[in-house]
Amino acid sequence: MRIIPKRIEKVKFGLLSPDYIRKIAESKIITADTYDEDGYPIEGGLMDPKLGVVDPGLKCKTCGGRVGECPGHFGRIELSRPVIHVGYAKAINKILRAICRKCGRLLLPPDKIEEYRKNIRKYRKVGRNEDPIVEDLLKNAKMTKRCYYCDEEQEEIKFDKPTTFIEGKNRLSPTDVRERLERITDEDAEVMGFDLEVARPEWMVLTVLPVPPVTVRPSITLESGERSEDDLTHKLVDILRINQRLMENIEAGAPQLIIEDLWELLQYHITTYFNNEVAGVPPARHRSGRPLKTLTQRLKGKEGRFRSNLSGKRVNFSARTVISPDPNISINEVGVPELVARELTIPVRVTPQNIEYVKKLVKNGSRIYPGANYVERPDGSRVSLNIKRTEEIIEKIEPGWIVHRHLQDGDIVLFNRQPSLHRMSIMAHEVRVMPYKTFRLNLCVCPPYNADFDGDEMNLHAIQGEEARAEARVLMRVQEQILSPRFGGPIIGGIHDYISGAYLMTRPGVRFTREEAHQLLYAAGITEELPDPIVENGAEFYTGLQLFSLLLPKDINLTYRAKICKKHEVCKKEDCPYGAYVVIRNGEILSGVLDEKSFGAFAGELLDRIVKDYGTDAAREFLDKATKLAINGITKIGFSTGIDDEDLTTEARERIEEILDNAEKKVEELIEAYNEGILEQLPGRTLEETLEMRIMQTLSEARDKTGNIANEYLEKSSEELGRENSARIMAISGARGSLLNLTQMAACIGQQAVRGERIMRGYVGRTLPHFKRGDKGARAKGFVRSSYKKGLDPLEYFFHSMGGREGLVDTAVRTSQSGYMQRRLINALQDLKVEYDNTVRDTRGIIVEFAHGEDGADPSRTDWGKVVNVSKIIHSIVDQRESENVS
Amino acid sequence: MVPKHEILPKEEVERVLEKYNITKGQIPKILESDPMVKKIKAKPGDVIKITRKSKTAGESIYYRVVVSD
Ligand SMILES: [Mg+2]
Ligand SMILES: [Zn+2]
Ligand SMILES: [Zn+2]
Ligand SMILES: [Zn+2]
Repeated sequence: MRIIPKRIEKVKFGLLSPDYIRKIAESKIITADTYDEDGYPIEGGLMDPKLGVVDPGLKCKTCGGRVGECPGHFGRIELSRPVIHVGYAKAINKILRAICRKCGRLLLPPDKIEEYRKNIRKYRKVGRNEDPIVEDLLKNAKMTKRCYYCDEEQEEIKFDKPTTFIEGKNRLSPTDVRERLERITDEDAEVMGFDLEVARPEWMVLTVLPVPPVTVRPSITLESGERSEDDLTHKLVDILRINQRLMENIEAGAPQLIIEDLWELLQYHITTYFNNEVAGVPPARHRSGRPLKTLTQRLKGKEGRFRSNLSGKRVNFSARTVISPDPNISINEVGVPELVARELTIPVRVTPQNIEYVKKLVKNGSRIYPGANYVERPDGSRVSLNIKRTEEIIEKIEPGWIVHRHLQDGDIVLFNRQPSLHRMSIMAHEVRVMPYKTFRLNLCVCPPYNADFDGDEMNLHAIQGEEARAEARVLMRVQEQILSPRFGGPIIGGIHDYISGAYLMTRPGVRFTREEAHQLLYAAGITEELPDPIVENGAEFYTGLQLFSLLLPKDINLTYRAKICKKHEVCKKEDCPYGAYVVIRNGEILSGVLDEKSFGAFAGELLDRIVKDYGTDAAREFLDKATKLAINGITKIGFSTGIDDEDLTTEARERIEEILDNAEKKVEELIEAYNEGILEQLPGRTLEETLEMRIMQTLSEARDKTGNIANEYLEKSSEELGRENSARIMAISGARGSLLNLTQMAACIGQQAVRGERIMRGYVGRTLPHFKRGDKGARAKGFVRSSYKKGLDPLEYFFHSMGGREGLVDTAVRTSQSGYMQRRLINALQDLKVEYDNTVRDTRGIIVEFAHGEDGADPSRTDWGKVVNVSKIIHSIVDQRESENVS
Repeated sequence: MVPKHEILPKEEVERVLEKYNITKGQIPKILESDPMVKKIKAKPGDVIKITRKSKTAGESIYYRVVVSD
């Protein structure tokens, strides 16, 4: 097929005129019956064969085309009486009020009209929206009490939604409305915003109704052989029935009342045919009670034509299943179940070079992996391979054919997790075909996808073209996405056990024997030679730092503070007893520990330096090996956490209780001072606000103090018991959890808040009947002094659920709001592009920014958002010098 | 508060158009009624050069063409 590229210059919307509707209609629909006794469509019925074909095998009575060739053709229903189009009722209302009830002229003096006309033409010429002018004109015309042309006094017109107009005391029938609209001159219509090429006011009142082609409302044949009609057809049947009855009654000269009732009914059916969700109109229902899906409902909303079929579409060559972790594959890879690999295919053009190989695949067919699902001849015809006659096909295959083979190891595929909020939500992975039924992914790519394994599912797309494959590989591969364009640091990196593993291995005093070192390196796939061991008292051993140093580029120099750094006033630097000062010289880690700041996602300084200075290949290799080493290290050392990690000594608990007692006492003192009026007011605050702030401050300080005590004892007890506190290790190394989490578990949960305040709601003057009215004490306003480990008392539990509820509601509201904001932003920005000259332009070439982001910088190449970090550059030069002096 | 606005001389306009390979219609618009436009007495068709302070770039230059409202 040859495609002729065309550019759509503009799309113009207008109204269908009755003449045009009659012109495009291939058939006049007169009867509400659809099929005769034999099941053939009736001519002049809603399934008239002139309206197109939906049954395979039949030909269209209008164009002779078969299913797929014939686009379908419109029909028409001649309405017995005119009917208001709901979609235009509001516009009709505005116009009726602006024109004379007798002569139909616009209710403005001629010179005024000319002035508006000039303005509108000017706006149209420069392509600006003329609506504000028209709006203003209609508003002014509405005020006029007497016609400038025929001197007729005007009456107030009331609009009774959705389709009724009342003038004074009389109802205006659609016929009256249409007559008035007909009287509007072309000149007046122009200034009321009509484009006369495509619209006339009276066309907003229907006299003929177009009947959409059957292809738009196909009937389905159920398994029982019964036909089930589309909702639109049902609605059109209703319209035809009433239209028919109305016609008969008019012809028979029935009383006005009956005719008006039927007319009203016809209006109802046509209104709901256009939109079944009009306010004030009961929705038309199916026999089962389900509201019908009519024209507006087809287009509107998330499941409507626009959002579900045009902005987003279903695709072939895709798969979706549950994900699970696999620390043994590279970050670049994705584990694909064989089941999926047999279903998804990649087209391979047969060449003399690959013909033997390809024939083997074809021989395996679709059921044996690795095989192929079908072959395509040069003329485009396809032969399926899920049958046994592969032998004869193999004979015929020659260069130029295309074989659609199964996914194989190394194929590039796209991998995605919803909600796709940023670039890294879709990345290109290399396939690793595996047993079982889940997609497997390396844990380092969990942060960019925001994935976990509690049942998350992900999508996979097999790329079909060479160009797309190459592009995906170069631009979208996981290793190319390590640096986030959001903050200019790594978003892909170690998490959880990788971090605690690296920390445990590299802490001061940790040593490995030669055997252990070799085991770890082998498991991590590191082939580098071990350096000289450290000798102490005649015993040889290796440190974790030595092992990790093997993974670093040989000339890397770096100095940074680890996550565990306590930010003492005087930093002992290299001599920090905790190893919080990391010094790397000539690819060797001289001091410090590896924790979240080394290769953790969002924080990894070392990883960041490797990507930026040594490229993505080096970074991927480092990350793969470092994580494997860490995971094997933590497996060897052993690591576990349990509730006894939150155990405190009696002494510690007593100290915590004392602090909380004191805090509560201090709160009482503050309240007393407030009551006596001797509380010192803070600037810019009322006395009440001051009291609240002081109380909150007191209690939060107390909670922090209990946290410090807990931390202190946990640290001390691990030294005494010779058993590490795992929860604390995870918190300080940045693997998981924080010291606040630890505080709340072991010491004190602290103040519960609703809307950023202590809990105030509930009964008159008190939160619960357990307190005295006006009690402002700590416990009465939601201070929880228990820890999670100890458990909450009933009142604390109640306050805690209030705070917890607010958290849940907040997240629910935030996600829906930010989701909608994201939709609008993407809609507005999706076509903007950074050109090669660094300008940001839209598709018309109109410049939005003269330099991308004001500075022309790519945020992912920046140093955590800064275009240049001068102090860092100086440091790196100093480090370089130092290392040169060392060697 | 308001960054510096100035009318770009004719030759400069030519230079800018050439630099970005654009016509005047591709430059972002600014209304004639904009207070800054009124202040520097720019007329429709003039190109205004805006020099803004930038956190990351120090100074950034932006151009806008005046349109009538
Ligand atoms: Mg989950
Ligand atoms: Zn046809
Ligand atoms: Zn009049
Ligand atoms: Zn330190």
